[in-house]
Amino acid sequence: MPKRLVIRDIEKCVGCGLCMFACSRRHGEIGNDYSGILPVSLSGFERGATVIFCRACVEPPCAQVCPTNALTPRDGGGVIYREDLCIGCKNCIEACTIGAIFERRNGKPALCIHCGYCANYCPHGVLGYEEVEA
Amino acid sequence: MKVLKIDLSKYRYEIEDRKDLFEEWIGGTGVAVQLLKEEMDLRADPLSEENVIVFAIGPFTPAYPLASKTVAMFKSPLTGNLGESHAGGRTATAIANAGYGAIIIKGKSKKPVYIVVHNDKVYFRDARVIWGIADSLIVGRIIAENEKGRGIRTVMRIGGGGSNLVRYACVTTETYRHFGRLGLGAVFGSKNLKALVVVGRGSRKIPNRHKYKEIYEKILKLALESDAMKKYHLLGTAVNVNPLNELGALPTKNLKATKFEKAEEISGEALAEHNLGRRIACSHCPIACIHIAALRIPYETEPYFYKTIMISYDYEPIYALGSMLGIGSRDGLLKLIHKVEVYGLDAMSTGVCLAWATEALERGLITENETLVKLSFGDVDGYLRAIDYIVKQPNEFYKVLAQGVEKASEVYGGKEFALAFGKNEMPGYHVGHATHIGYLIGLRHSHLDNAGYSLDQKLKEIPPPHEVVDKLVKEEAWRQVLSSLVVCFFARGVYKPEIVAEAFKALGYETSPEELKMKGEKIYREKLKLKIKMGFDPDSLRLPKRIFETECFQGRLSEEYIREALRYWKEKYVLPLV
Repeated sequence: MPKRLVIRDIEKCVGCGLCMFACSRRHGEIGNDYSGILPVSLSGFERGATVIFCRACVEPPCAQVCPTNALTPRDGGGVIYREDLCIGCKNCIEACTIGAIFERRNGKPALCIHCGYCANYCPHGVLGYEEVEA
Repeated sequence: MKVLKIDLSKYRYEIEDRKDLFEEWIGGTGVAVQLLKEEMDLRADPLSEENVIVFAIGPFTPAYPLASKTVAMFKSPLTGNLGESHAGGRTATAIANAGYGAIIIKGKSKKPVYIVVHNDKVYFRDARVIWGIADSLIVGRIIAENEKGRGIRTVMRIGGGGSNLVRYACVTTETYRHFGRLGLGAVFGSKNLKALVVVGRGSRKIPNRHKYKEIYEKILKLALESDAMKKYHLLGTAVNVNPLNELGALPTKNLKATKFEKAEEISGEALAEHNLGRRIACSHCPIACIHIAALRIPYETEPYFYKTIMISYDYEPIYALGSMLGIGSRDGLLKLIHKVEVYGLDAMSTGVCLAWATEALERGLITENETLVKLSFGDVDGYLRAIDYIVKQPNEFYKVLAQGVEKASEVYGGKEFALAFGKNEMPGYHVGHATHIGYLIGLRHSHLDNAGYSLDQKLKEIPPPHEVVDKLVKEEAWRQVLSSLVVCFFARGVYKPEIVAEAFKALGYETSPEELKMKGEKIYREKLKLKIKMGFDPDSLRLPKRIFETECFQGRLSEEYIREALRYWKEKYVLPLV
């Protein structure tokens, strides 16, 4: 069965961003340029924090608007991303209803491909990696 | 590593590659000292256009967890000497991801502005409309809504304290973290700078993935599983209240006492049980030591209406606005902390100034004509109003009090109970000789320079003064490495010399624990030299009499012992540099 990154308990998020840094590390990078997950405060930290990432749509609008098939629907939800096909048009960034696709410095998107690597680094049980029905 | 120089007088900026500096001086403190030397006329008035602000991060950001701090260096309007202040939040990772090792701010804007750095672009934004907003939380929210970069940015801003040039105003970042000490907020204010926003998206290649992963995991594991950071995992720094009170080391009522009968009420344990509402983290730190209390306050006149405010607490504000002012009610303490947060003031300096004013009033050195409100230990409402006055400065007295306790006691008397060291208001420890020697010789006059308060607790018997000085300087020299990397001092138990050397290796730099220690000593000397060039004179250090009157953990302190320590320090460490 395919797996996907899931939220276990969003209220526990402290905004540390270990997930974001893990994501770029997975790409061999130190920083956040490649990260497909974003820790944010809720209009200031007085209201707490949360993370934004791909929620694995079954009918992903981002794939629908991709002119080159760089993004194609993935079994179990979300998309498969083939960067070599991407022309950096940013249609996907516009199309994502929850703003979970981010722009890298080179104009191409950074997005969650549900590899689950970041969940290993979430220190407070916000993120999990689970099997889902295809 | 790149350095971004922003000139507020000309509304221009330039970017320079300064790999040379970072290779020799690591980053953070080490690099900031050099940049200040290069960029600033060291005799400049701290509130003039000529003052220069350097923000510097180090090679471990954002490579490793707990490297979440930024060093700010400037000339302090509180002491007239070197100012250095560190803050967490998202500042360090935002600067790093934007591609910089340091950001320099020079000059003065003609009109209020805030600056936005978005990777390699800099924008000067009109801040005239928000200049008069005294609430730093609201300033932060407005700017956050105006600007892009949610989640990958830092919003460093001032409140009413900074714009009204209170000389111990801070710069606040991410609502609850501060470049707290020595008046950076007033320097922002003097430059007509309401905020500095940095938005950073970027990365660099990992040179050696295998080695890097190994050491990354090791550091993370040490932070989460060893005892090295245990106290920050649990009650946070507020855990210190009860033990220090039991030791007889908790400054109380302007240090007339070192035990506070209501310490239990305002302890880390009590706050956690009754008020702790949430915890948050600095960027790239799993510990989340930022403890935030939820305070429910009813509307004054309408029943069944409540406001709930979220207030970040730590040991130092609890000491300064709690025991030091005789405040034993948690609600009252939290209201005072909130007030200081709103205005963007340094909590320690504010508390010490108010404690001095209370005693000066008790003794008749000043009257209510000066203070405008009755100040007495334990009276929250009086202090809340007095903090408003420090910011608004409606009369001569508050104009003076806004310049710090050293200045206030020069004008109104009461120097013997004006608790400042090197003109910087004291932190919350009255443990023993090393504590105070530490404040005096520490290059920031901070307890975190060399941890004398901790040394005093470990000593079985009191060694001769020179031994204490050597130990403090050794600790301070190593801490120059930590603040150059820049890692959080709370992670000092994780980042031991061997681990630091190993972590450097994975980033492609060969070094050894010995070489690192030598660099620490070198940076210490450079910083001391800079201080001397700015006019620092060890002979002018004042010892407030009060510290010899009130017994502490070590009993009654000896003035001769501390003077001997200062003589030795001057002889061995200062004079060779003059």
